[in-house]
Amino acid sequence: MLYFSDLLQYSDVFLSGLKTTVELTVLTTILGVVLGTVCATVRQYGNRASQRVVSVYVELIRNTPFIVQLFFIFFGLPAIGMMLSPWEASMIALTINLGAYSTEIIRAGLASISKGQIEAAKVLGLNFRQTLTRVIFIPAFEKIYPALTSQCIIVMLGSAVISQISVQDLTYAANLVQSRNFRAFESYLVTALMYLGLSILLRFAFNALGKRLFAYRTSN
Amino acid sequence: MIEFSNYDILRNLMFATQWTILLSLAAFIGGTTVALTLTAMRLTRNPVMQRIVKIYVELFQGTPLLMQMFLCFFGLSMLGYEISAWSAAILSLTFFTSAFLVEIWRGCIDTLPKGQWEASRCLGLSFLQTLRFIILPQAIRVATAPTVGFSVQVIKGTALASVIGFVELTKVGTMLNNATFEPFKIFTLVALIYFVLCYPLSLYSKHLEKKFNVSR
Repeated sequence: MLYFSDLLQYSDVFLSGLKTTVELTVLTTILGVVLGTVCATVRQYGNRASQRVVSVYVELIRNTPFIVQLFFIFFGLPAIGMMLSPWEASMIALTINLGAYSTEIIRAGLASISKGQIEAAKVLGLNFRQTLTRVIFIPAFEKIYPALTSQCIIVMLGSAVISQISVQDLTYAANLVQSRNFRAFESYLVTALMYLGLSILLRFAFNALGKRLFAYRTSN
Repeated sequence: MIEFSNYDILRNLMFATQWTILLSLAAFIGGTTVALTLTAMRLTRNPVMQRIVKIYVELFQGTPLLMQMFLCFFGLSMLGYEISAWSAAILSLTFFTSAFLVEIWRGCIDTLPKGQWEASRCLGLSFLQTLRFIILPQAIRVATAPTVGFSVQVIKGTALASVIGFVELTKVGTMLNNATFEPFKIFTLVALIYFVLCYPLSLYSKHLEKKFNVSR
């Protein structure tokens, strides 16, 4: 038998966990995409040495599990003198993780902008800033927008792991509740559905944002 | 208290790596088997079957792998089904792997022009013959690179099995850390071992992708 009503009295625990997860997701999505944009620009247009540095960063992160990156930052860095709170460690780990994946994605977008297009912008008298935003970044982001946003959602789901260093996120709430009332199945099922709702909601939000960001397509 | 030399640490980590590899293989085999079944269900063009596959993918791609593991391990045992950490890990990793592979393969099959299906039917080939002689040989060529690439995600996914107490690389890493208090060294080593496992697969996937693009 399933007893979902036993969870009701813990609704504020779930809600505060949900709040932490959402806050961290919004923050790390913004920071991660900014980091990815900078790294992708360096990777595409920088000199050889800086390209190399970015490649090493991207490959190191993409080929190791997030939980190990998190443990390294939270347990490993204090050993060499960098004390971090669980929340700070998670934020840094999530940002670095999303940064690496988005570098790879955004770079593909930048690579799709042909050189002739940039030269044409110069000939037409666009200045450096105009070229960078209107000719390079907006069209590049439009091409990779679906891939980038689904990666953001994957990182949000991956953030469940930060409960392991006792950040009080949604997964932490689920663990807490099931340790109190021993309704493990119900507690985890409800939490899983909350994550599902969150990822569907995020997808809608990203689609709506995309329509606004790339509105110039339909307006002319 | 037992002293751990560097040799002891490495030996223990190497031992644990075997379990990570074994779990990855089991999950990958399980995942491909289920994904093949689901792909077949999708290709039947039966709306009910397609709906089931869609919900399956949405469910397992839209929830954290960690939560799926908790449900399989703690959830099922609370409901009265005794399940070991090993089985729970394989079960949830199979769900996870198959949900992503189905989507990857869907993309690969959809890149083939629809006219090929129609032409084959006109030539008198049955559904299975079309699949066997026309669609699959091309789809497999397209699908190999992203499938190899995804195997990296499976290996990384096995790290979460440490949370439900399955003793693999990450778990042994945390256990050694608790015994030696040398987190920097231990987690660097653990990360390096994962890198050594995953990076060749990433490179191979990239190589396959290039090869395919050239031949096209």
